[in-house]
Parts: sequence; C-alpha cells; structure tokens
Amino acid sequence: MDNNVIIDLRNISVKFGEEQVLRNINLYIRDKEFVTLLGPSGCGKTTTLRVIAGFLEPDEGDVVFDGKRVNGVPPHKRPVNTIFQRYALFPHLNVYENVAFGLRLRKLPESHIKAKTAEMLELVNLKGFNRRNVASLSGGQQQRVAIARALAVEPRVLLLDEPLGALDLKLRKDMQVELKSMQQRLGITFIYVTHDQEEALSMSDTIVVMDEGEIQQIGTPQGIYNEPKNAFVADFIGESNILDGTMRRDLFVDFSGKRFKCLDKGFEKNEPVDVVVRPEDVDVVAAGEGMLRGTVTSVTFKGVHYEIIVDIKGFKWMIQSTENQNVGDEIGLDIEPDAIHIMKKSVYSGRFGDYSSFSEEFDELSDPEEEEDI
Amino acid sequence: MSRLSKFYTFLVFLFLYAPIVVMIVFSFNASDSTGLLEGFSVKWYRVLMGDRAIMQALYNTLILAVASSVAATVIGTLAAVGLDKWKKNWVRTGVMTVTNIPMMNPEIVTGVSMMLLFVFMGRLVAGSGTLGFGTILIAHVTFNLPYVILSVLPKLRQTDPHLTEAAQDLGCTPLKAFFKAVLPSISTGILTGMLMAFTLSLDDFIISYFTTGPGFQTLPIAIFSMTKKRVKPDMYALSTLIFFSILVLLVLINISQARGENKRARQYKKGEV
Repeated sequence: MDNNVIIDLRNISVKFGEEQVLRNINLYIRDKEFVTLLGPSGCGKTTTLRVIAGFLEPDEGDVVFDGKRVNGVPPHKRPVNTIFQRYALFPHLNVYENVAFGLRLRKLPESHIKAKTAEMLELVNLKGFNRRNVASLSGGQQQRVAIARALAVEPRVLLLDEPLGALDLKLRKDMQVELKSMQQRLGITFIYVTHDQEEALSMSDTIVVMDEGEIQQIGTPQGIYNEPKNAFVADFIGESNILDGTMRRDLFVDFSGKRFKCLDKGFEKNEPVDVVVRPEDVDVVAAGEGMLRGTVTSVTFKGVHYEIIVDIKGFKWMIQSTENQNVGDEIGLDIEPDAIHIMKKSVYSGRFGDYSSFSEEFDELSDPEEEEDI
Repeated sequence: MSRLSKFYTFLVFLFLYAPIVVMIVFSFNASDSTGLLEGFSVKWYRVLMGDRAIMQALYNTLILAVASSVAATVIGTLAAVGLDKWKKNWVRTGVMTVTNIPMMNPEIVTGVSMMLLFVFMGRLVAGSGTLGFGTILIAHVTFNLPYVILSVLPKLRQTDPHLTEAAQDLGCTPLKAFFKAVLPSISTGILTGMLMAFTLSLDDFIISYFTTGPGFQTLPIAIFSMTKKRVKPDMYALSTLIFFSILVLLVLINISQARGENKRARQYKKGEV
C-alpha cells in the first residue's frame, strides 16, 4: 500500500438497532486526494463520514489515521473537520466570531487569530463581512462561512456532507469549481458526500459508489463511467441500457438475438452476463441497415441532443442522438465493439437498465432533494 | 355592532381591573376607612416600611423566589436537554406527562402531600420541627420545574442538532460544546423559564402555607395571617407594590419571548430556503 495513505477504514460495520447501515467497508484514502462517496439516500455514505469524523463509533472494524488506530478518539482530537449539510453556523456569533471559533479554542494570540480569520474570509470571498449576522447571509454565503470556519483550524482532511445540496443549480455549479480549485490550492484531502453523480464525476479524483451499506465500486470518474462493475453502478452513474446477454467466447457476446463483437474477455464460455450500452454510444442508421431494428416510442428534446426511446423486441432502449426522429418510425441501430461493456451477473441484475417505465416525473421523484441523515 | 363590541371589551377590563384600581386608590387614602377617601397620602407606605414583620417576610419571599427559580432553572434546563436527546417518543411523552402533573394538580393536593412527606421524613431522620426554609424551597423548586422545562424544550427543538457536533469538530470537549454552542441558542428560553419560576414562587400561597414552619414566613402567608384581624390600608400599599413588581416581571417575560420569536423569524426568512 502507498506510504501517503492518510485514512484507512478496515472492515467497518455499523448497526442502528437491527438495521445494518454499513457492511464491511474497506477503503483507504490518500493524502491530498479528492474522494467522493456517492450513492442514493440511505446508502451509508453520511454514516461513513461520521465514522471518520468520530461522531459515530463503528461496531466492528478499525479507523486508521496516519498509521495510528483512532477508534475511541473523540471528534475534538481528530485532525479532520466537517462541513455540515445545513452548515451549522453558530447563530449567536457574527461571521468573524464563527470563523475564529476554532482558533480561540486553541488559545492563539489575538493578532494571529485576526490575521488567520482575515485570510480565510478572503479565501472564500467574504472580505468585509466580519460584523454581519450569520442569519442575514444567503445560503451560498453561509456555505462559505462554514468552509472558512473549518479551514481556519488547518485540518489535514476536510469532510463535506452534501455541502451544496441546499443551493440552487447555478450557484452549485460555481461552488463545485471553487471547491475543487480550493482543494488543489490548499493541498488538503477532501472527502465529499453526495448523491449527485454529475457533481461526483466533475470534482473527484476517486469515486466510491455505495449502496445498501456496501461499497459497490471504487475508481476514477472515467473508470467508473466506462467500466461499471455491476448494474447498480451502471444505472446510477449516467444513463445505461442494461441487457441480458451470453458471453459466447472471448470478444463475442450475444444479446437482443444477435451476436456482437466486443472488447471484453476472461469470462467462462457461455456465461450469462449483463451488457451495458451507453445511450450516447449508439448510432442511428436507416431501418434495415445496422445490427438492430426497432420502433421509436418517444422523443424528448434535451437541448444538446434528443433522447429517443426505441422498442427493440420488447426492450426499451434509450438513445441520445443529435438528429430528431418521429415517433412510430422504424430505425436501425449500430453498436461499435468499444461501445459494449460486459459485467458479471450480480444481485442487481435485471433491476435496472430498461426504459419501459421511464418518464420525466419519475426521474425527478427518484432524485430526492433532501437527503435523510443516515 | 362595533360600538357594542367596544363596550363589551370595556366591561371585561372593568371587571378585571376595577378591584386593583380601587385597591391602589385606597392605598393612598389618608384615613384607614374603607368607605371614604379623605385625601392623598403615602402614610400607609411609610407604615409598611416600618413594619419589621412585613419587611422580614418580604425579604424571605425574595430569597426564596431567587433560590428556587435559580435551582429550578438549572435542574429544568438539564432535564430539558436530556429529554431532547431521547429518541424514543413514548418515553419522552411519558416523562413529560409525569413532569406536568405538578402543574395540573390542585395546589392544595400538592401542598398537603408535600407537607405529609416532609413531616414523615423529618420524624424518620431528625425528630421534629423539619418544616422551614429547606422544605419550602424544595416545594417551590418542584412546582417551578415543569414551567422551566416547558419553556426550554421548544428552544432546544428549534436549534440545529449539528451545532454541538460543529463545536466539537472545531475542538470543544462535549461539555464545552454545550456551553459554547447550545446554551447561547436556548438562552431566551432559559430566561423566560427563570422569570416565570420567580413570579410563581413570589406569589404562591397555598403550597407555601403547608410546607413552611413558623420560623419562615413568606409575604403571602404574613398577609393572610394579618387578615384574620382587621385589614389595614398598609396591606393595600403592600399589594399595590406586589402588583407593580409582577407587572414589570410579566413585561420582561414577554419581551424575552418576543425577542426569541423575532430572531427565529429572521433566521427563517433569510437563512433556510
């Protein structure tokens, strides 16, 4: 293992009563890395963060910080700081005192506190806000105060629990860029919790995909997007068509009643597999040409592209294309070998990847605004 | 219609405040007649100030009110913090019901039962003569507690549960985090509870009557014992003074509550979207 591993979680399990919230989590985080814990609500990502911060003791397993086991070390003695979901600013203190809070506890000289607080407020673009009441600030400004407050005490690791969840879209995008550049400039390890896959893909060095208290996959954003390990990951990160297939032999896979060339190998002969095809990797051709043929059942304009649902032998595919199609038309589809990704069967097989029940409202409903505190 | 409703309101206030107004007027009467006003004088206030027994009782009452309200505030705040942490709903409701009983219970029942307990325990431990400052203090703390809890608990509910964690995260021990992060957020609730407890303790008669001994007389008890003879206007003067002190306290309680509400409204408007 690398020498510069800063946090190492070994076989962490957490139970709330009867409910198993974390199941045997193994994860190491390198110094100065931007790691994102990504998953739907209730997947255990916030719990993992609380275990690292020391607010929650794991029932099993070790938390190792800098090579030392820190189980039982209370939060105030750990060199990590947290940005809370709702910021948790102290309402009775003004902006300056909020940022200076941690410094005062360290009994630093007043001149030092003043300099450091000014430096932090400048870092988060809140110069001149010293005397303002925190309740009078906007959501984005409160967020910045929370960041300044946490960074003032110079933590080795910053934990961020859905920090942008309460902000509107535009502000969220700006803050994503700002946070990322801040992390790179300061050289601090960030552990970031979110259920927003776009946020995870655009900011992280490493993404940890979680579901039902277990780690599903750890990898770089590209790795996770291009080579998802199972149907859950493929579905959660981006859009995917996931089909039942059979691996005939190395480099050949059968699905949708046809044989396709692919780039995957190392499976058993005739092994049942899940086949992932990303909607943007499918080429639309004239009916009769191409490998597959189907009927267009719905078309949605998305700005950059059209989202087209195509019925092929009862399975609804999603295809993204810059050309419009008419509902009811027959079209042909072409899939290149490198657009096909083969996954081993898992407990998630068959649960995702068909767009027959797909609708806009449904998509929004399944993306909850407010995260439950798990 | 509107004139009728105005008249009705006037009647309500008349019946509420006429006795007090009459009492205030007669406390400045130059004679001790209950029927005739014979000119303005502050003579009865002077008589009152010269009455050693009354002054002693006033002193006792204030000491008792301060001691019992402070004790009830400390215990009640701790109790509220503990109750707030309780996750199980039915446990919390159960405990709240038990704490609220002293508030709902007729005072005479509370008074008699406490007296019985004190006398019984006193016999068991020390012989006799247990009733006095100690017992009345315990009694006052007991009936003040639910008021403090009821004014602190809602404030705790309103505070962000992550405040303590944020403070600990920045380097506070759990205890320090409570004092630095939680206490300032619930201070208005604590102040309201304390003022309420002080007021209640100040004017309690029934429970005090049963739980104190001859060595420790509070003002209401002293007044009551005097009414057995003929009531003199110095009692009007005393009652007037008490009325105004309570009035000031009530105004303070309202201001403290209103402040808390305003703060909350501001936060709601600006902060949480």
